[in-house]
Amino acid sequence: MTRLLVGPFNRVEGDLEVTLDIADGRVTSARVNAPMYRGFEQILRGKNPHDALVYVPRICGICSVSQSVASARALADLGGLEMPPNGQHATNVILATENLADHLTHFYLFFMPDFTRPVYASRAWHAEAERRFAPQTGEQTRAAIAARQRWFTLLGTLAGKWPHTQSIEPGGSTRPIEAAERVRLLSRVREFRAFLERQLFAAPLEKVSSIASEAELWAWHAQDPWRGDFRLFLSMVKDAALERLGPGPGRYLSYGAYPQPDGGFELGGGVWHAQRAVLSRLDEAAIREDATHAWLADSAAPRHPLDGLTLPDADKPDAYTWNKAPRLAGEVVETGAIARQLASAQPLVRDAVARHGGTVYTRVLARLIELARVVPMMERWLQQLQSGESYCVPSPHFTEGVGVGLSEAARGSLGHWIVAIRGQIANYQIVAPTTWNFSPRDAAGTPGALEQALEGAPVQEGELTPVAVQHIVRSFDPCMVCTVH
Amino acid sequence: MSMGAAAGFNVLWLQSGGCGGCSMSLLCADTTDFHGQLRDAGIDLLWHPSLSIESGHELSTMLDRIADGRLRLDALCIEGSLLRGPHGSGRFHVLAGTGIPMIHWVSRLAARARHVVAVGSCAAWGGVTAGGDNPTDACGLQFEDDRRGGLLGADFRSESGLPVINIAGCPTHPSWVIDTLMALAAESFTAGDLDQLGRPRFYADQLVHHGCTRNEYYEFKASAEKPSDLGCMMEHMGCKGTQVHADCNTRLWNGEGSCTRGGYACVACTEPGFQEPGHPFQQTPKLAGIPIGLPTDMPKAWFVALASLSKSATPRRVKLNAVADHLVVTPAVRKTRLK
Ligand code: SF4
Ligand code: SF4
Repeated sequence: MTRLLVGPFNRVEGDLEVTLDIADGRVTSARVNAPMYRGFEQILRGKNPHDALVYVPRICGICSVSQSVASARALADLGGLEMPPNGQHATNVILATENLADHLTHFYLFFMPDFTRPVYASRAWHAEAERRFAPQTGEQTRAAIAARQRWFTLLGTLAGKWPHTQSIEPGGSTRPIEAAERVRLLSRVREFRAFLERQLFAAPLEKVSSIASEAELWAWHAQDPWRGDFRLFLSMVKDAALERLGPGPGRYLSYGAYPQPDGGFELGGGVWHAQRAVLSRLDEAAIREDATHAWLADSAAPRHPLDGLTLPDADKPDAYTWNKAPRLAGEVVETGAIARQLASAQPLVRDAVARHGGTVYTRVLARLIELARVVPMMERWLQQLQSGESYCVPSPHFTEGVGVGLSEAARGSLGHWIVAIRGQIANYQIVAPTTWNFSPRDAAGTPGALEQALEGAPVQEGELTPVAVQHIVRSFDPCMVCTVH
Repeated sequence: MSMGAAAGFNVLWLQSGGCGGCSMSLLCADTTDFHGQLRDAGIDLLWHPSLSIESGHELSTMLDRIADGRLRLDALCIEGSLLRGPHGSGRFHVLAGTGIPMIHWVSRLAARARHVVAVGSCAAWGGVTAGGDNPTDACGLQFEDDRRGGLLGADFRSESGLPVINIAGCPTHPSWVIDTLMALAAESFTAGDLDQLGRPRFYADQLVHHGCTRNEYYEFKASAEKPSDLGCMMEHMGCKGTQVHADCNTRLWNGEGSCTRGGYACVACTEPGFQEPGHPFQQTPKLAGIPIGLPTDMPKAWFVALASLSKSATPRRVKLNAVADHLVVTPAVRKTRLK
């Protein structure tokens, strides 16, 4: 057996290190280390609760809006606030803009470039991959950066700036939209739709999201296997066996995304058990964080975030990361677009996961399907804005109590828990999507989702940063700065 | 290679105790061809965490070559604050795969760099990461809040003779970064282009208040009272735009935004220590009903006198719109030609 230390993994936010035990050209065991700690939960203690809205977006520059939304919901829960419909729609559009930008950035900038590596030089698609996805020169990479830049102008109008907007309030959005602006925003969404329909899918979004099974998907793919970046990706899936690479734990968590004024979510939540193919209700009270293998003070038993503890202990024996191990009713779960698509009964993703499990292929597939599904929703929400109606109800002075804010970032379920005493934050705990996915082992020694997914990954002779490991790590679209915050 | 620019201006970009937001902001630079824009300016991005393919071993080899002087480094861009804890060990951020704390990498590389650039308020002053009790002992490259020192020390000068260039902002505006890098690559950036805090003067000689769409409300002290109101946010909502150095309302964000246009207060993110203002961010601290943080270059007595005068003269339109989230009174349409 040999041991390999792999890192830094770039292209994610913040860096990451993985220790691999390798035998017979396969990973036998993996330990995932998030090597940076900043201490946001400590920084928030003693602050005025509303000030969380200035600090928490700064946890992460790629999903700052997600952090704001989770925080605003926790404060709304604490203060018993409800957003007016305009505020709800505006908040959803702002969050969806960020989430879809993340999917786009992930595909073009973080995931596809690995297929231009020399190990793939003999593959039929390699030259085409280089032409499209080479960092800095790839034609599609550059087009995607330009599309992303235009896309974020939505947030110039709707949110003042991105990242780190403060327009998201517990009671709605601080930026009312005038009738003429709404028309202009819609035209920006259509511009992005055009990019997706021409470059990524080479098909109408409605066509892509209506594909109901794998058989239908591959039949559509066979019509023109390299046309559009999605179909080129599918060609690589088959050739590089991505459908078998990196199987996760088979349980998927979604809190539900894009709540609507009349109740319910556009993308419903829950826990999907792949083996039994059932969706169960989420029990938020069953979340615990276990700090056994984290360089953090151990509280003997795993804690619910409302009485969670985050205090560094850099010399703790047996610890190997700054990340805690969150568990849902004691179980390891995976979170992300794949979980949202499973929970919201998207037929293609359910079919693909039934056949292959959660793997590199199905994770990326779910993200792209989500892009196709959510853009039309955004068009609808924008159309539902009512001019002259209120966008925001003011917050009360938050004094005492607890609040829970659950949201969906691009990369999965994000929760904020706040305890306020005498007008100050007494405790604030965050469990981010990558905290779930890149969890270390828990007290029972059970590895986290990525740790499980890496077991069995092939390592080729002489590889120091194995390409299969890179695909698996990146298929989760990790956000390392969020992980330990 | 391009014309009119220094050939191959090598830039290395590393991230430490921040959020990566300055990188994500950078990618929103106002151009249809991000990489083409850099290339045309002669800028060669040796490595950037989000934009480069090299990982793991490939990167650590590159860093060794720079540290040994085998690979020329024209600009070292650091994003995020420098985490000195626990107990000076730097272990709160060990550069993955290397076993070496990031603060040691940064010191070694800075010694080789022609220019050292702090991208964002974390790298400049410590930023939000240094908030609260500063659990990680975070600091900036050459400042801790407004005190000189930081990781590299008050006397540090890079090979060019310049101190650390502080492109402060949380996040920093993409074009503050692009303009600075382009000026450096073109060798047209001198010590005189930096303000007292090491910020590029092209944006730090402005105030956020300049060009704010709420200026008419400001003049009449017609103030917003709750989020989403249209009025000026100085009196009640914590806006520091009259004191903050940045051109956010004339060089807009993401096409057409700014904090104040987005309906929330300027929290002074380009200024040292902004993360601990000593009052709730969205409330204006006052003494005897008068905001403490008055415009920097205006005597207090004058401000108070003018404010009460202008309040008494506030047109009905301005007064009513200030506390609504859409125009309730529109400007009168005159029947005669305007004079
Ligand atoms: S909102 Fe702030 S920046 Fe705008 S006019 Fe008022 S004080 Fe100036
Ligand atoms: S308006 Fe103020 S808080 Fe907002 S980006 Fe500019 S300087 Fe920073």
